[in-house]
Amino acid sequence: MERSEAFGFWASKKRLAALRKGLALAVILALSLTMVVPLLWMAAISLKAPENVFKLPPWRVDWRWSNYVDAWYPYGRPVLTGNLWDDLKAVLFQKESFWWYTWNTVVVTGLSTLGVVFSSSITAFAFARLKFPLRNTLFVIVLGTLMVPAQVTMVPTYILFAHLGWTNSWLPLIVPAWLGGGAFNIFLLRQFFMGIPFDLDEAAKIDGCSTFGIFWRIMLPLCVPALITVAVFSIVYNWNDLLNPLIYIQDSSKFTLALGLNQFQSLAGDKTNLMMAAATVVLLPILVLFFAGQKYFIQGIATTGLKG
Amino acid sequence: MAQNNMVAGSGAGAASGMARKKPGTRRLRGAVSEALVAYVFLLPWILGFVLFMGGPILFSLFLSFAHWDGISGLSGIRWVGLDNFRDMATDLRFRKSVYDTVVFTAASVPLSMAGGILVALLMNLKLKGIAFFRTIFYLPSVTAGVASAFLWFFIFQPDYGLLNYGIRVFGEVVNFFVRLALPVDITFRGPQWLADPAWVHSAYVIMTLWGGGSSMIIYLAGLQGIPEQLYEAAEIDGANQWQQFRNVTLPMLSPVIFFNLILTVIGSFQIFTQAFVLSGGNGSPADAALFYVLYIYQEAFRLFNFGYASALAWLLFVVVLLVTLIQFKFSGWVYYEGDLKG
Repeated sequence: MERSEAFGFWASKKRLAALRKGLALAVILALSLTMVVPLLWMAAISLKAPENVFKLPPWRVDWRWSNYVDAWYPYGRPVLTGNLWDDLKAVLFQKESFWWYTWNTVVVTGLSTLGVVFSSSITAFAFARLKFPLRNTLFVIVLGTLMVPAQVTMVPTYILFAHLGWTNSWLPLIVPAWLGGGAFNIFLLRQFFMGIPFDLDEAAKIDGCSTFGIFWRIMLPLCVPALITVAVFSIVYNWNDLLNPLIYIQDSSKFTLALGLNQFQSLAGDKTNLMMAAATVVLLPILVLFFAGQKYFIQGIATTGLKG
Repeated sequence: MAQNNMVAGSGAGAASGMARKKPGTRRLRGAVSEALVAYVFLLPWILGFVLFMGGPILFSLFLSFAHWDGISGLSGIRWVGLDNFRDMATDLRFRKSVYDTVVFTAASVPLSMAGGILVALLMNLKLKGIAFFRTIFYLPSVTAGVASAFLWFFIFQPDYGLLNYGIRVFGEVVNFFVRLALPVDITFRGPQWLADPAWVHSAYVIMTLWGGGSSMIIYLAGLQGIPEQLYEAAEIDGANQWQQFRNVTLPMLSPVIFFNLILTVIGSFQIFTQAFVLSGGNGSPADAALFYVLYIYQEAFRLFNFGYASALAWLLFVVVLLVTLIQFKFSGWVYYEGDLKG
C-alpha cells in the first residue's frame, strides 16, 4: 500500500506539478538574485578599504564605516574646535556636504509632491465628478500631453523661467508641480474617483456641502491609497530626477542629491568605495520608502495599467 | 474606454436636481454654476498647460525654424526657414544619435517585453512568499537614476566589474565539467562593455532590463484580471499548458501588452539619465552612447543652439506620434473583450 502510494506519486500528475513548481521556484530565485546582487555589491564596496575595492571575491567586506563620513563631506570633513555649538553647526550645516544636498532634495521633493498631489487630485476630481462644457475635449488634451516628449517643452520652458529670473533657484522644479501635477497622475486619480458611488456626492449636496467640501471632506479621504501612490511616484521621480536640476541649478549650495552625486563623480571618480557609499546614501531613503509604501505603490501602477 | 466612463458618470449626475417646481431654470442655473466651479478647479491645470505645455510647444515649433543662441534675448531670434532641418541631413552626430537610439530601442523593447511577460507569469504562480518576490523584482525600477547609473558603471568595469566576474566564475564551472570529458579549456572573457563602442548598446540594454520592473507589474495586473473560468473551459476542451497560454493568456493580455509596447517604445526613445552619467555627458565612447535626448541636451544647453535643438525635439515629437499611430493602426492583434459585448 505504502509502496504503491509512493510509486503513484512518482508517476502521477502530482509529481509533474511538484517538479514544475520546483523549476519555477528555481528560476524565480535565480532571477531575483540578479535583481538584488548589484545592490548588495554596491553596499559591500561602500564598506571596503580603498585597496580592497576590486579584490575578489566581491563579497569580502571591511566594514569601513568611515567611508560614509568621507562621502558625506566630499570637500573634506568639518574642522572640529571642541566648542559643542560650533562643532554641531560645522557638522550639520557645512555647505556642499550631503547634509545640504539631502536638505535641498527634501525641500524640492516635498514641495513638488504636495503640489502634485493637490493639483492632480483637484483636476482629476473636476474631470471625474463635475459636468462642464468641453470636458471630453479637455480630457483628451490631458491624455495627449502624455505623448509630448519632455524635450519639446524643455527649451521654451527654460527660456520662460530665465525671463522670470527663476533660474538657479528651485522654483522651476517646484512651480510646475502645482500647476496640473502631470497627466499620468490625473488619469490615475480620475480612475479612482470614478469608482466612488455618486450617491455620496448627492447626499453631501443635500446636506449643504459645497463642491469643494465634497472634494476635500468626502472624496480625498476615500482616495488615500491612490493619493499615496501618486505621492510615492512623485517622490521617486523628484528624488531621482537629474535633467531638470541639471538645467536649472548652477550654484552647488542649491544642488539636489542627484546633482551632488553627479558632481561627486568628477570629484572622487577614482575613489570607488566613496562613490558607492554616496550612491547608497542616495538610494537608501527611496528603498525605505518603497518598502513602506509598496502595497499602495504596486496597486496604483496595476490600476493604471489595466485601465489604459 | 474613457468615453464610456464619462458618459456613465454624467448620466448619474444628471439624475439629481430634477423633480423640482421649475426644473428647467433651476437645472440650468445649477449647470452653469457647476461649470464655473469646475473651471475654478481646473484653473491650476489650465494655467500649467498654457505655460508649460501648449505655449512651449508652439514656441518650440517656431524656434525650430529659427537660429537662436538664447543669450542675445528674444530680439536675437533669426528666422531661417527650413535650415535647421536641412542641417540635419549633413549632421553626422545627428545621424549617429538616431542610429544609437534606434538600435537601442530595437534591442531593448522586445527583450524587456518578453522578459516582463515571463517574470509576470512566474509572479502570477500561486507560491508561498510570492509577494516578497514581486517586491524584489520591482525594486530596481525605483532606483533608476544617478545612483544606479554609478553602480552600473562599476558593474561594467572590464577587469574588476561584477558582470565579467560572474562570466569568469561561470566559465570556471563550465570548464570543470568540460575537463571531465575533454582535455581543453574554453576561454570565457567578458567584453569591455562601456569602453568598447561595439558593446555599449548591449550594456545599456542589460541595464534597462534590470530596471524594467514597472512593466512587469502592469503585466501582472493584466494576468490577474483574466477570469479563471476561461482556463477551466480550456482545460475541459483538452488544451495543454502551451495552448492555454497561446489561446487564452496572450489574447486576454494583449491590451496590456499593447499599452506597455507604446509606453516602452516612447520611454526608450527618451533614455537620458544613464547615458548622461555613464558617458560623461558627451555620448562617449565614439558617440556610441549619444542617444537622441542626450544630443538634444548637448545642442541646447552646451552649445546653445536653441533653434536646432528645438527642431530636433520636434522631430522626436513627430516620430513619437507617428510610431504611436502606426502601432494603433496595426493593433488588430489586440483583443478587446468589450468588442464582444457590443
